[in-house]
Amino acid sequence: MNHLEIEINQLKASIIEMWHLVISQINKSQLAIQGSDNNLLHEIRVNEKMVDTYELKIDKDCENIIALFNPVAVDLRFVLSVLKINYNLERIGDYANGISKLISDLDSQFSNDLLKNCNVIEMYDTCMELLIDTLASFEFENKELTKTVFGKDKKLNKINKDATQKIAEYIINTPSEVKMAMNTLSIIRKLERVGDHIQNIAEEVIFFMEAKVLKHAKNLKK
Amino acid sequence: MNNIISTESVSLFYSEFQALKNISIDVLPNTVTALIGPSGCGKSTYLRLFNRMNDLIDNVRITGKVTVDSEDIYQKDVNIVELRRKVGMVFQKPNPFPKSIFENVAYGLRVNGINKLSTLKEKVEISLQQVALWDEVKDKLKKSAFELSGGQQQRLCMARTLAIEPAIILMDEPASALDPISTAKIEQLIFELKTKYTIVIVTHNLQQAGRVSDYTAFFYLGELIEKGETKELFINPKNLKTQNYITGRFG
Repeated sequence: MNHLEIEINQLKASIIEMWHLVISQINKSQLAIQGSDNNLLHEIRVNEKMVDTYELKIDKDCENIIALFNPVAVDLRFVLSVLKINYNLERIGDYANGISKLISDLDSQFSNDLLKNCNVIEMYDTCMELLIDTLASFEFENKELTKTVFGKDKKLNKINKDATQKIAEYIINTPSEVKMAMNTLSIIRKLERVGDHIQNIAEEVIFFMEAKVLKHAKNLKK
Repeated sequence: MNNIISTESVSLFYSEFQALKNISIDVLPNTVTALIGPSGCGKSTYLRLFNRMNDLIDNVRITGKVTVDSEDIYQKDVNIVELRRKVGMVFQKPNPFPKSIFENVAYGLRVNGINKLSTLKEKVEISLQQVALWDEVKDKLKKSAFELSGGQQQRLCMARTLAIEPAIILMDEPASALDPISTAKIEQLIFELKTKYTIVIVTHNLQQAGRVSDYTAFFYLGELIEKGETKELFINPKNLKTQNYITGRFG
């Protein structure tokens, strides 16, 4: 193994560690919203600093590899992809942290009926599935698995689109829980954005493996 | 646009050893083409096809067709002096003649029958300006070329090549013996010269190939493995051997 390969492998290990951390952040926020453990919110806030630290470290590692090793071909594509995956993971981490604030902001526990009616748990499950699949596709360079991720965020977009009406109805029917309803809507918006960032990540994984640029592909075709 | 250089199924043998195997490449005018590959892969041999430098080696046999400006340069009636006037060459190590700076640049002109001093002066100045050496040497044109630094000597050799106004410049690792500043000057020159000339360069420095060339051809064991636009070849090589070579995983 040459020196560059060692650096690339270390970079890969770092981004995978960060990925696991971000997955656990989303998972913790899901458990917290379902009211299983109040300590989870504190853990999310502490871990958010770790996510930020990973982002800075990985940025620096990418800069060093580009400056010192002049990577080309698959190595260059890998480093460029990691740089962008890093940014997207950090944003997902931010959303998990933002959700934790919305949960702790509420004095009472979220209504299970509200969460169910607005498909919040379904959104979480989809986000978790997509995060885990993109991680596996990146780690094991599985093109087919990456391609299964595309389009799955449509489910999140649909839930997000339908949410305004559902929340409005909930507020009319349960005026005493306006704040809970508004926070739920904010959480739905954040989970929808998580889905967008996962799509961005999947596009970067494809760029790394196949050198295909999928970003804005639909818009550019129109 | 017509190709200025073209090879069709060219093979070259040193006695029994086949150094080039069925190489077909087209080169467009006013482009820079880099030839890369490990030592002994045939890239310098391939470069020397275009000014028939390989003719100077014993027991060389060439098959296939090499055309420069649509002329088959391996026909018997080809004027080799005329060919080498059209196809200039810069070598790895600067090789100025043991003459003055002025006479080094004027040498090719004199060989081609130009002896009028005013014409020589004019062409020497233009050539030295083209290689960005004029300001550094204009006050010492009568001094020996050996008094110049390595980087200056290499630019002098380039000026000598340019003075006879070739259409094509072949460069065999022109910056490998130079420091980074001199290398940067040579690379800047290559970038500027391609507006007037077609350049084919052999280099072991992959970053240099990436910086200066429009097209890159990768040779391995006498075969052309891949040729394409430099940007494409360095981002997304089609052949695994190319990828392994440029990423340093070869062998």
